[in-house]
Amino acid sequence: MKLHHGAVRVVAGIAVPLLLLGAWSLTAREGWLPDQILPAPGVVRATLKEFIASGELLDATLISLERVAKGFAAGAVTGLAFGAAIGLSPRLNRLFGPTFLGLAQVPLLAWMPVMILLVGIDEGLKVILIGIASFIPVVLNVAQGFRDVPPALREVGAVLLFDPWSMLTQIVLPAAVPSVFTGLREGLANAWQTVIAVELFASSEGLGYLMSWGRQLFQLDLVLAVVVVLGVIGFALNWGLARVEGRLGRWQVRPA
Amino acid sequence: MKRFSPLLVPLAALAIWEAVSRLTHVSHELLPPPEKVAARLWDGFANGGMAGDLAASLLREFAGFVIGAASGVALGLLLGLSRAASRLIGPLFLGYRQVALFAWVPLLSMWFGGGEQGKIAFIALAAMAPAAVNTWRGTSALPHSYIELSRVLMFRPLDYVRFVALPGALPAILTGLRSSLIAAWLATVGAELFLDVAPGLGGRMNEGRETFQMDLVLASVVLLGLLGLTFSRLAVAAEKTLLKRRAT
Repeated sequence: MKLHHGAVRVVAGIAVPLLLLGAWSLTAREGWLPDQILPAPGVVRATLKEFIASGELLDATLISLERVAKGFAAGAVTGLAFGAAIGLSPRLNRLFGPTFLGLAQVPLLAWMPVMILLVGIDEGLKVILIGIASFIPVVLNVAQGFRDVPPALREVGAVLLFDPWSMLTQIVLPAAVPSVFTGLREGLANAWQTVIAVELFASSEGLGYLMSWGRQLFQLDLVLAVVVVLGVIGFALNWGLARVEGRLGRWQVRPA
Repeated sequence: MKRFSPLLVPLAALAIWEAVSRLTHVSHELLPPPEKVAARLWDGFANGGMAGDLAASLLREFAGFVIGAASGVALGLLLGLSRAASRLIGPLFLGYRQVALFAWVPLLSMWFGGGEQGKIAFIALAAMAPAAVNTWRGTSALPHSYIELSRVLMFRPLDYVRFVALPGALPAILTGLRSSLIAAWLATVGAELFLDVAPGLGGRMNEGRETFQMDLVLASVVLLGLLGLTFSRLAVAAEKTLLKRRAT
């Protein structure tokens, strides 16, 4: 019975996408829309195969992922440090918190023209923008997590006469793990969004660039092929993060 | 003293900025002193057409937000209230969410053109997902007893949506709308930077970058930040008012 239930779910879940795919094929076959607007699914598949075989897609993917890794690492490390500082110290929070929140209101892409003038359009630009994109959610969540440690847990530490270091490592850090993780996850998602945006605008390599190139040549098949790749990578990222999160959740401390 | 401490850091930063741009050999083109940026902002409004750019950007954002948020809430309600819909469209929607938002820019610009339509379509797309996800989450988390009660009271489906589902999921929907508003603002800047040149703050920034006018670029950043701040303040205030009304 359970299997049957699951099967219904799967069938229902792929019915609409299949229907859309069918409509798309039909549209292409009947020539209702020009190729520059909607190339046939077969053409997209062929382009995808061709770019996989030539290695161009893999190269572009690796370049984009490398940028994400560099920018995210920079943004996450600085964000953890800054978030922990303003989360733990009310005084630092009074000093830096409002300024940070104010700057965080600027839409990320607005920094792009500023940074282009300051550092040019090389790798530095991408790493800085991706870094800012991951920094902001990491700081917000880490600070919140450190601030919101349940008072009951702090009292336990006080009763046990913990020194500040043990208090931090034994009580505050474990209690803040879920928020820290949420921040890192949002930061990574932002980093991934940003690399595509920056590459569309100012790059000569990477998946975003491949799309904008495809558009300039009116090759929508290439654009759609990259969309497929982006979907697969996005899915893999989320799946991986969900697994890590499940693992972390198991040893998370909860006040009774 | 404590009351003024949030001002200390910005003031110190301004002082350092002023000092660096005056005392070192960094060119004023690369780092204009703060007062020059302020003057540029003032001048932009007084006789540089910045008010027109601001209005164009806001209008664009608002159009995209309304279309995107309305369709997002509708989609979220459908997914949250109808099990058939969530089984049929849910996986497709979740699959769509895996693709980075800006990946749709090249496609939309081919389908809708790089002009106003393409921009608004992209802003709407950006605003749609947060509204849909939160509405979906909010309505599907409603206690099952609400449905039973509505059955007992013989509510028609539309009455259930109006009197039970919408008010019940209101906090989640408002959270979604706030994220939608922020996403729409980011998308507005993105659309103006990526798509055809048109009046708007993003276009103005691009012009500043191409002609190497850092003061103009920074003045636009200040303005965009202030607007972002205003949006989130307004959204929080609206949320409070609406939720208070619901509580009474």
